[in-house]
Amino acid sequence: MIPTNYYLFLSAILFGLGVVAFIFRRNIITIFMSIELMLNAVNLAFVAFSQAWNHLSGQVFVLFVIVVAAAEAAVGLGIIILIQRNRQSLNVERVDLLKL
Amino acid sequence: MIDSLTQFLNEHWDVIISLVKIALIVFIVLTVNAYLTWFERKVVAHMQSRWGPHRVGPHGLLQPAADGLKFLLKEDPTPNGVDKFTYYLAPLMALALALTSIAIIPFGPDPIVVFGHKVYLGIVDLNIGLLALFAITALSVYGVALAGWSSNSKYPLLGGLRSSAQMVSYELALTMSVVGVLLMAGSFSLRDIVNVQALHADRGIFGWNIFPQILGFLCFFTAAVAETNRVPFDLPEAESELVAGFHTEYSSFKFAMFFIAEYTSMITVSALCAIMFFGGWLSPFPTTWTFTHYLPSLILIPFGLWVIWDGIRYETIFGRIILPGVGTVITIIGAALIAFPVINEFIQGPFWLLSKIFVFLFIYVWMRGTLPRFRYDQLMSFGWKLLLPVSLANVVITATIIMLRGH
Amino acid sequence: MNVPLIVFFALAAIAVLGAVSLIWQKHPIHSALSLIVVMVALAGLYLLMGAEFVAAVQIIVYGGAIMVLFVFVIMLLNAGAEERTSFSSLAKFAGVPLAAALLCTLAALMLTSHEQVQTAAQPGVTAPTKALSAQLFQEFVYPFELTSFLILIAIIGAMVLAQRDRKESHL
Repeated sequence: MIPTNYYLFLSAILFGLGVVAFIFRRNIITIFMSIELMLNAVNLAFVAFSQAWNHLSGQVFVLFVIVVAAAEAAVGLGIIILIQRNRQSLNVERVDLLKL
Repeated sequence: MIDSLTQFLNEHWDVIISLVKIALIVFIVLTVNAYLTWFERKVVAHMQSRWGPHRVGPHGLLQPAADGLKFLLKEDPTPNGVDKFTYYLAPLMALALALTSIAIIPFGPDPIVVFGHKVYLGIVDLNIGLLALFAITALSVYGVALAGWSSNSKYPLLGGLRSSAQMVSYELALTMSVVGVLLMAGSFSLRDIVNVQALHADRGIFGWNIFPQILGFLCFFTAAVAETNRVPFDLPEAESELVAGFHTEYSSFKFAMFFIAEYTSMITVSALCAIMFFGGWLSPFPTTWTFTHYLPSLILIPFGLWVIWDGIRYETIFGRIILPGVGTVITIIGAALIAFPVINEFIQGPFWLLSKIFVFLFIYVWMRGTLPRFRYDQLMSFGWKLLLPVSLANVVITATIIMLRGH
Repeated sequence: MNVPLIVFFALAAIAVLGAVSLIWQKHPIHSALSLIVVMVALAGLYLLMGAEFVAAVQIIVYGGAIMVLFVFVIMLLNAGAEERTSFSSLAKFAGVPLAAALLCTLAALMLTSHEQVQTAAQPGVTAPTKALSAQLFQEFVYPFELTSFLILIAIIGAMVLAQRDRKESHL
């Protein structure tokens, strides 16, 4: 059997990579995708614990996380389309009208 | 040395038999695809009062071979400005996903015993077989969308976007229309779905899922035709509309890959219809009528004799040699089935499943030759405003009836 | 070195490579494809853990619907390869060290965690879909119905956000 630690390490690595992508990239869509990567890493941790403790609530919660991610992606991409329409650019550094 | 070889074979039996099954099924599916193109061209042509391919080999039977040779030898230009990785990835993805879905389909009931090991007919039987098929269908949207986008051209982009929007819309109706069958079967596994229908095998055709689930079947078949981008839902790839839709800029072998992917998904959909609604490998006659076990021979022997008779009077010498030969082989197979009852019993399941798949493929081709195509906005409103509510209603009605009957 | 362990390492390597590719690629469509690879690898890991329904839902919903949405938006907005701007230098200097710090914190937490988590998990119990659906529709029925409201709000929100202004449509 594969120790739960391994899954949690993988989840931590994926989450860290998601954070790195979030900080480094400048395209809004790629930043959004890194959020999805972070959510996936968390899902992996949930399922790993659900298997470790033989409790199905972990997997039920994963289903809810997936649904929430879907709703968030729909609205977020709508906002991104609006940003592209108003600022004519997908570079997150050009969305800076509120800067001092 | 022979001993160590047999010992190695016995230890890793399941891996070896899976590899053999995969090779066999891929070979068979690709050949069936090739002759499905011949079948389609012939049937559509006869519906339009013309001949279809009849020069390349007797009755045009070597036309798929000629087409295959053409696809392999044709020049394969890559247009300027395409996104190279995605351009090469799209047909690969479409073909790989389409061929993977064949692995989940069970082709027959009983395990046969080869060298003392049980071999099930079908590469794998997943607990979540039906869900896995829907997952593969969901992923195949990418083949279309990425092909359209990466071609760096207007018509493929429009065709790809329209086609993938259509596929995503009809996916919902597709999955909903199957829930009725799942409620009746209580499992996602395709074998279990057929076995639940086999519980009423003494009623023959009335034990199949089609009678309780007629609404579900109509929704499923319509949604599946839309998923595979076939007439009447093939606006995104129709010749008179968008040049050739998302695969305009693909030529020779990459186009052949899209072609094979489309026909393979037709075969998968036909197999799914047969398994879920029409009893899979069950015979339409009640099981007490054992004389119907001779039906395969009853079909094969006259067909073989007719091929011989037609071949003797064929116009070319090549046809006069090949066709009687093929006819003799078919007649001998039919006679062998009568002579060896063991093989006859084994062949019953796959024979019925393959016949049903053949009937559904004929219906596909029949629709192609007969129906006009939907306009895009008609297509989308049909999918969202008619098909989805009807399949939801089917789920509610089925669930209510099952709850009232207390299954 | 049994087969499940090899499969785990293979899938984990694919997932990590996909995530690294998400960061490295210049064009957003390639990042999207890398994310799809990560999701399929994670679905494989869920199957390895015996969560078959979650694996199928991950591919159908995440990989087959959400990522299709991303790919559509990238195609429609014609997002090109990223331009190299030199606006922010904070990210350049503090980015990688902060991420490494996060990773080390998580790893340290895991290594010093409770004994129960570190021991090998119970032999894989395949979670039959029936048990999962029983939980979903009995214990968690209230959140389940709430998510349908959430999706409805998201649909309405997305349609309102993305529609063109009424003035333009009358042209």
